[in-house]
Amino acid sequence: MNIGLEHYLAVAAALFVIGIFGIFLNRKNVIVILMSIELMLLAVNLNLVAFSSMSGDLVGQIFTMLILTVAAAEAAIGLAILVVFFRNRGTIEVEDANVMKG
Amino acid sequence: MTVAVLAFYAFSIVGVVAALMVTLSRNPVHSVLWLILTFLSAAGLMVLLGAEFVAMLLIIVYVGAVAVLFLFVVMMLDVDFAELKSEMVKYMPLGLLVAVVVLIQLGFGLGAWATSEGAMGLRQAVTPDAAVTENTKALGLLMYDTYLYLFQLSGLILLVAMIGAIVLTLRHRKDIKRQNVLHQMWRDPAKALEMVDVKPGQGL
Repeated sequence: MNIGLEHYLAVAAALFVIGIFGIFLNRKNVIVILMSIELMLLAVNLNLVAFSSMSGDLVGQIFTMLILTVAAAEAAIGLAILVVFFRNRGTIEVEDANVMKG
Repeated sequence: MTVAVLAFYAFSIVGVVAALMVTLSRNPVHSVLWLILTFLSAAGLMVLLGAEFVAMLLIIVYVGAVAVLFLFVVMMLDVDFAELKSEMVKYMPLGLLVAVVVLIQLGFGLGAWATSEGAMGLRQAVTPDAAVTENTKALGLLMYDTYLYLFQLSGLILLVAMIGAIVLTLRHRKDIKRQNVLHQMWRDPAKALEMVDVKPGQGL
């Protein structure tokens, strides 16, 4: 019994789908939505590393590092916006973010 | 079943279950802790794939920085999380529907997938033999050489994120007293002090 590329892709697909599921399930809680986005980014990273390792091309791992950077920056900015939003409105419900009537 | 196969199944099952618990748990602090478990399992999977450096980076950056950031924010905000979770059941059917549809689509993609003939010839940076050049060294040689500009650009992204986060959360509170050093230093004794000649028997 051998663990091939498809096994890793299946795990990554499951993680990605759980991320989407989490966004739908926690429609009110911005913190958990941000965590779900992190899960989806993790799934993409796992895909890149799996392809990189199985095809013997290191560029996939370089990509992973760049995505890691962007994910960290996104988390920092997102949480900063969340803190400012909470300071102004006293809540973190997504449905209350309707100042611009969008 | 070899050790590697067992480890793969252990890491992947733990990772997927922990990811589910991130979305389902009622307390966001527990969500963050499950998220940390997911990251650790993913790091284990990456070690199995032979990408040790990226796995350790995942632990350092995600577990050490991002998850702790989440934990701080969850603890700092005074939110009634039980109330936020109350309508979770309402959104469950739609979420499950979308999740199943996306999973089926990904399954189709996974089933029909095949490597093309010339794929191996198109590799940009062939992985060197792990016995000669280990993963970290090979990645370093590539990153600081071919992909130097991308590396610098990612540093710039982090700088912009840092400045943005500081600018967003910085606030100047008007309702508290602050020390103004220059104001103190420029204070003139001649203006601050007044000599009054008080006559005997009279008040001011």
